[in-house]
Amino acid sequence: MPKLNQDSLQKIDFTLNGVAETGTAEPRMLLSDFLRNVMGVTGCHVGCEHGVCGACTVQIDGKAQRSCLTLAVQVAGRKVDTVESLAGRENPLTDLQQAFKTHHGLQCGYCTPGILMSTSEFLDRNPNPTEEEVRDMLSGHLCRCTGYAGIVNAIMATIEERQGKAAAE
Amino acid sequence: MNEVYKPEKFVGKPIERVEDEALLRGVARYADDYPARLDTRHAAILRSPHAHAEIVSIDVSEALAQPGVVCVITGDDLLEYVDPFLNIVKAPMKLWPLAVERVRYVGEAVVLVVAMDRYIAEDAVDLIQVEYKLLKPAVKPEFAASEEAPVIHTECDSNVLSDREFTYGDPDKAFEECDQKVEIEIDFPRSSITPMENFVVMADYHPAENVYDVLSNFQGPFTVHPVMCRALRVKNTGLRLRTPANTGGGFGIKVAIFPYIVLMAIASRIAGKPVKWVEDRLEHLSSATAAPNRIVKIEAAAMKDGKVTAFRLDQLDDYGAFLRAPMPGPLYRMHGVTTGSYEIPNLYVRNRLVMTNKSPSGMVRGFGGPQMYFGIERVMHRVAIELGLDPLDVIEKNLISANAFPYHAAAGGVFDSGNYQAVVALAKKEGKLKELMERRDKARAEGKLYGIGYTAVTEPTHSNMGYITTILTKEERAKRSPTMGTNSNATVSVDPFGGVSCSTEVPPMGQGHATLMAQIVAEQLGLQPTEISCNMELDTQKDKWSIAAGNYSARFTSGPAVAVQMAAKMMRQKLAEIAAPNLNIPVEEVEFGNNLIFARDNPDNFLKFYRVAGTAHWSPASLPDGMAGGLSESAVWTPRELTAPDEQDRINTSLVYGFNFDFCGVEIDRDTGEVKIDHYVTAHDAGTILNPLIAHGQILGSYSHGVSEALYEEFVYGDDGSFKSGTFADYLVPSATEVPEPMVLHVETPSPLTPLGAKGLADGNCMSTPVCIANAVSDALDNIKDIQLPLFPSRVSELIHGDEPPPPERLSQAAEETPAKTSSGKSSAITGTGQSMVPADPQTVWDTLLDPIKLAVVIPGCHGLDEVAENDYRAEITLGAGPVRGKFLAHVKLSDLNEPKSVTLAGGLDGPLGSSQGEGRVRLEAVEGGTQVSYEYSVEISGKVAAVGSRLIEGGARVVVNQFFSRLIKQIETPGSVTAGEAGTPSLFQRILQWLGIN
Repeated sequence: MPKLNQDSLQKIDFTLNGVAETGTAEPRMLLSDFLRNVMGVTGCHVGCEHGVCGACTVQIDGKAQRSCLTLAVQVAGRKVDTVESLAGRENPLTDLQQAFKTHHGLQCGYCTPGILMSTSEFLDRNPNPTEEEVRDMLSGHLCRCTGYAGIVNAIMATIEERQGKAAAE
Repeated sequence: MNEVYKPEKFVGKPIERVEDEALLRGVARYADDYPARLDTRHAAILRSPHAHAEIVSIDVSEALAQPGVVCVITGDDLLEYVDPFLNIVKAPMKLWPLAVERVRYVGEAVVLVVAMDRYIAEDAVDLIQVEYKLLKPAVKPEFAASEEAPVIHTECDSNVLSDREFTYGDPDKAFEECDQKVEIEIDFPRSSITPMENFVVMADYHPAENVYDVLSNFQGPFTVHPVMCRALRVKNTGLRLRTPANTGGGFGIKVAIFPYIVLMAIASRIAGKPVKWVEDRLEHLSSATAAPNRIVKIEAAAMKDGKVTAFRLDQLDDYGAFLRAPMPGPLYRMHGVTTGSYEIPNLYVRNRLVMTNKSPSGMVRGFGGPQMYFGIERVMHRVAIELGLDPLDVIEKNLISANAFPYHAAAGGVFDSGNYQAVVALAKKEGKLKELMERRDKARAEGKLYGIGYTAVTEPTHSNMGYITTILTKEERAKRSPTMGTNSNATVSVDPFGGVSCSTEVPPMGQGHATLMAQIVAEQLGLQPTEISCNMELDTQKDKWSIAAGNYSARFTSGPAVAVQMAAKMMRQKLAEIAAPNLNIPVEEVEFGNNLIFARDNPDNFLKFYRVAGTAHWSPASLPDGMAGGLSESAVWTPRELTAPDEQDRINTSLVYGFNFDFCGVEIDRDTGEVKIDHYVTAHDAGTILNPLIAHGQILGSYSHGVSEALYEEFVYGDDGSFKSGTFADYLVPSATEVPEPMVLHVETPSPLTPLGAKGLADGNCMSTPVCIANAVSDALDNIKDIQLPLFPSRVSELIHGDEPPPPERLSQAAEETPAKTSSGKSSAITGTGQSMVPADPQTVWDTLLDPIKLAVVIPGCHGLDEVAENDYRAEITLGAGPVRGKFLAHVKLSDLNEPKSVTLAGGLDGPLGSSQGEGRVRLEAVEGGTQVSYEYSVEISGKVAAVGSRLIEGGARVVVNQFFSRLIKQIETPGSVTAGEAGTPSLFQRILQWLGIN
């Protein structure tokens, strides 16, 4: 890994939500700040900046990661997906997003993008989890509004629906 | 349209929220997402590491010299521009946006840096040097209220700013005549509900108009707007306050932004540029706000059959370092409900509010209800236990009967409607109470600790602004104009193409208000909710708002929602009057539906909605005589039931009163003390429910807060006032694995006082759930009397097993070092003792210890020691590791010198990472082969480093002490072998950094 001068701006070429992008950042800039304040991707929310609350979770090369515990320079050459990647601005909501709507899985919506990014990766890896496993996965995210029941119900409903579809095919 | 038309109803339906689409796509805009002007500068705040100290000097020169720093502002710099914030009891305390002369709590804002970006600003904050002179703190409320306590605001006579007694009925007689007096004491802890989004302020001063233009995620009440204006020395028009379309949770917390609004407004004026500040989580936890902790002594006068005839309450509410608007709300907004859900005619209440060296208290969901109901419902439980009755029987015996409504409670609450018995009956049946009791029997038979708890809570919603004046005597009230009631504003507009918009005066915090507004308006105008455009931004310069505006006291459904319905009905009437002549029918026969306006009895006779709307805009001259052109209707809703306190200090504190009854079963792990909620039932009567999906969500969220108050959340302070809960690893917020889903049930008794029939329901479980769980834990543990929240496993374990036994022999070395106890009531100091053998005679050791040059070499990380007075030293010390180092200013005083036998060292460290205060006694004893050096020390750590990792610091302090002695020995054995300035304790800081994920 090259040694970076702390005051020099680094050029960061990376893939953001499927599009090749370039931005600049000092070596110490957090990925969360870079996404929000340099790239203008404000769906990535900052809740604690010490890795506990999970609001800033994004996917880096397909894996859910805390963008507040990642430096911007670390994503050079990599693929970063934020909540804006799920349905984009105008496509229909994904089944998971729609389930959050149906089951009232969000209130203020501040923690939601992080939860969606963790959950979508989790369900790719583990399409048939138990409720206990879902709650365990969610324990990396703090939500103050919902008491989690709506979130859990939305995810369980998505799993059920996907299984129904898979069985029908 | 051939079928008979039935108007489509949306109110009462579980309609999906109109807000969700933008939120789920990540395109919803929160305060920090709003575009900032290119010349916007960014602020960071230096905060006090001390609970109570005089500010001796502030040196900002190094910070100001940093490239990119625009300005550095101290409290003194503000005095030219601001007045202190007002408080209700007119206490002469001075609350400024930055500390002036003194700091009064850890985390108090001391210096503001404005710079090109936040990173530069934070770097500069670390370069500011503040010298403090420590003062004795008053941390615990009972101590702060005592004669011995230091007075925190020297302008005031004592820390108790208000002490009022109230008597309703004849409580003394009731206590004389009762069969049993039952009493209990409560120490309700300090906690908050930390919204996931922190505070945001973006301020821009316009000198041409003398207007401060501010965007902030402030939630109201807007009674605080004039408080800010008075501080800024402007009229209400001089502070343009805008709130964003979305906010990441409020829970009451986001009223506490207001001192920062004023601070950034002035900063913008001084900087000559817009200034933006985004609070970080440590700032939020240490300094934002907290629900006041409260000491309550409560007595109940009970008859043998369980009937309670009187309560006596003595409440001591801890408001922290400043009485900040709208405090002391929590003590008085519940006042009319002080007898709970019960028919208790006699009441005595003493309310005291006390200042302590903790962060100022504020609005937190439940707003005084959790504290009050914890006392009431615990004492009702005790009545049952002490009389040998069933706790639920005692509740039912005392509940207000269904035919008693409207019920006039002793302290003045007028409970509008309800059927408490029906709610209890529903809960028992649907919640399967009988089965739960069998489950308890079975669990107990298996040797498990299992308990059942009950709670009944009357939930006041839609506050009367006049409640706060109950703190004043009737004579004081007579001198000022009375405050009573509330207004709610709403506007419905229709554009030339038939587009409908609706706005009201409530900054949204996530409750789904836009959906409720859309439902109400769509139903009136025959449209779909998704067709109603609700811009939830609020702008005090352009929108209609009342002084009662804001998002609090669950007022939406009985306040602004009513105004929305009124405005929508006015719009409907106007459109009907425009359409009627064209349809050739009387106005009364006009109906709305499917985007059409038509004759009710002949739907084929219709006009398109947008056509009728267009008429008012495109051909206003054709409108019926006397009708104003355009389509914009505004309504103000002013319920008349909310009057000022009467001569007897009775106050109807809220407009409407909901009710909930909860019961739960908990199992306690005998080994770990963990409390597991096995079954939880909560049954509500909140009048008419406007949207069951949203109502359900509000109850689940409120319940979740109740669970966390009961089991997890507490702001912990050391005896020195140091703050110990600065991260989400220290301040525990429950995750999905800790909050099981409760069963939620509803009875709907519409309120006669509001046109929609709805009451609030978002606070009830914050009040009921903590005490319901506490009652269940008491039941599980042989009806134990004293239950201290939160019920951490360690605390419950102590209840089961008693105090921790002494450690076994082999651990005695470790036991010598007593770690900081963070649970309240115990010492928070890190103390230790030790001894070392130094191979030199006592005089040599003594000379080394008292020679500044030699001592400087020995102290880890020391860059030279100056003797500023005899036996009084100053030094600069670096402690750190890797890329992050902290510079500290150390001062050490030697006293009780008994050459060459013993000396006392007292002093401390101050730096950007925090500070410490300590004292040590060193004894030198000549023994064979040298000197036996024995020492004991006690260190208190405060500031950032204590807040984010006090558990890790304990070890670190010991490492420093050990290093000191090992270096001393080395230096004496081989002079010159120790190099001055070596950084100390790398392992400690590395551990913190790793743990914070920085390294």
